[in-house]
Amino acid sequence: MDSFAIHTEGITKSFGALKALDSVSLDVARGEIFGLIGPDGAGKTTLFRILTTLMLPDEGRAEVCGFDIIGNPRAIRFRAGYMPGRFSLYPDLTVEENLRFYASLFGGRVSDNFGMVEPVYRQLEPFRNRRAGKLSGGMKQKLALCCALIHKPEILFLDEPTTGVDAVSRSEFWDILSGIKQGGMPIIVSTPYMDEASRCDRIALMNAGRILETGSLDEILSRNDMPVYAVRGENNYRTLQNLRHAAGVRDAVLFGEYIHVFAEERLSASVLAAVSGVAEVKGISPNIEDVFINIMGHGKK
Amino acid sequence: MNRSFIAFVRKEVTHIVRDPRTMLIALLIPVVQMILFGFAISTELNDVEVVVATPKMTPAIESKVAQMAQNPYITFRGYITTDKVDHCLSSNEALAVVVFSRDYDRNGKFQIVADASNTTTAQTATGYLTNILSESKAAVAPNVRILFNPQLKSSYNFVPGIMGLIFILICAMLTSVSIVREKETGTMEVLLVSPIRPVMIVVAKMIPYFALACIDLVSILLISRYALDVPLSGSMTALFALSFVYIILALALGLFVSTLVESQMAALLISGMVFMMPVIMLSGMMFPIENMPTVLQWVSNIVPARWYIPAMRKIMIEGLGFGYVAKEGLVLTFMAVALVAISVKRFNNRLQ
Repeated sequence: MDSFAIHTEGITKSFGALKALDSVSLDVARGEIFGLIGPDGAGKTTLFRILTTLMLPDEGRAEVCGFDIIGNPRAIRFRAGYMPGRFSLYPDLTVEENLRFYASLFGGRVSDNFGMVEPVYRQLEPFRNRRAGKLSGGMKQKLALCCALIHKPEILFLDEPTTGVDAVSRSEFWDILSGIKQGGMPIIVSTPYMDEASRCDRIALMNAGRILETGSLDEILSRNDMPVYAVRGENNYRTLQNLRHAAGVRDAVLFGEYIHVFAEERLSASVLAAVSGVAEVKGISPNIEDVFINIMGHGKK
Repeated sequence: MNRSFIAFVRKEVTHIVRDPRTMLIALLIPVVQMILFGFAISTELNDVEVVVATPKMTPAIESKVAQMAQNPYITFRGYITTDKVDHCLSSNEALAVVVFSRDYDRNGKFQIVADASNTTTAQTATGYLTNILSESKAAVAPNVRILFNPQLKSSYNFVPGIMGLIFILICAMLTSVSIVREKETGTMEVLLVSPIRPVMIVVAKMIPYFALACIDLVSILLISRYALDVPLSGSMTALFALSFVYIILALALGLFVSTLVESQMAALLISGMVFMMPVIMLSGMMFPIENMPTVLQWVSNIVPARWYIPAMRKIMIEGLGFGYVAKEGLVLTFMAVALVAISVKRFNNRLQ
């Protein structure tokens, strides 16, 4: 069990009538980037808060770095770096002051572990006397990461670090995370963006408080292989309605320019092409988003 | 742990210094209030405008009027005929009219007619006039001597009241807002996940506001001593000791509020309305506690200012020492300890 950075069994948490987490069990190995992927309200933040000892679960148990989250929260607080989903810096303090404050919160100095944050902080250096509130979104997020790392944690929790950040900064951010991972630090990161799944070693798909699938992206994709067709229609909305009612079609979802059709085995491309309003049909291999929507649809039915 | 505590205090100081509004509220409001109450708002009545109506002039009346006109609080506006009394009051020419009886020389009877559209000034004015005009040939004439505040200066009364108010304002309001702000901005989450103990967070938050309150205490004392001539004749040690306890109590109140609410707005409202109103209404600052309905008198006992303000009066005005404010001191200390204990316990080291 000690080989896991995080180990949870049956974590359940309710807020009134709402079941935010429903028997969540997962393992995060040391030295991997683990992605928690799911839409808003899936329970990602609640799970993070329980794992970082901010909240107590109603049921279940969990260990972080080998310490029990209920029995030994203090040990975890010394070892975890946490970047909450909301902007969590002091807007009236400068970049440098924020970093210094977070370092001293753990009883250290910036210089103690500067190597840890140096690659990221170098980008912030030109703005070190600027107030954190005046930074751009991408910069804020980098500073928040520095602040979460400056005490050299043994595990890093990042709650939706890329939400509300532009595509370039998002990509840069993932590059940074890959760099940090090289040092062997396990990183658990949540995101609503399916396309970021490919940057994680392993992922868990979450919805409505449940974990739907766990594994590497390839594992999940191959486990959920199914015929998917990309269909382009003359009028996508009407075509979508027609497709949904067509025999052999399990579900059809609008995907940018194309409609992705999740089909039963017996359905062939030529049958689809005959559906009224269909202009173009091509067979594709499902991406993670197709898989997610498909699993979610099953969950509903 | 020590380093993180110092860094925390420094951070709090930076927050305050970088926010001009906080600084303004904390340092200017006491001064403005003192000056306002000291020079502009006053419950004393100077220049009571008085006219005299008399059916006929006699030397006795003339000498009474002369005596009255000499009084510094009275401005004598002249004579009118008895049929003009109502007109004179309704046209605001005078606040009060003294009407001498036709047989004044024999029976000494006179009447005071006052404009009571403002009851306070009417009462004070009739009081002044009765004192001056009453014949002391009665068998027993009370020899009134007013102790501690012979001129009945209102500043003597309100300085302790302002102190009771200011510390609640500065300490409770600003601390609660500053703690709740961390909840609102999400920084509290990071603080709680860090190994720093909640007690440390709380104490580090309190220190800068305690310092601010001390600056206010000193400036209030300086203004009252040198600008308002409040005697400050009692034990300074007792004054400071009690004030420190009261400040800590106010800080604990702020902390307590911050454990109840989630938004800065709510914190402001609670500290502003729920705390300020009792200080003004129930502490004896404005309205004597003895005149309140019994139930409100009981309620007033849980208002800290109800103990602090009278104690400050005793020390500052009556010139008393520790021994005479022991009861108030004990009650305040008990309240402070209890509130700090409850708040620190309530200040979760997890999210609700």
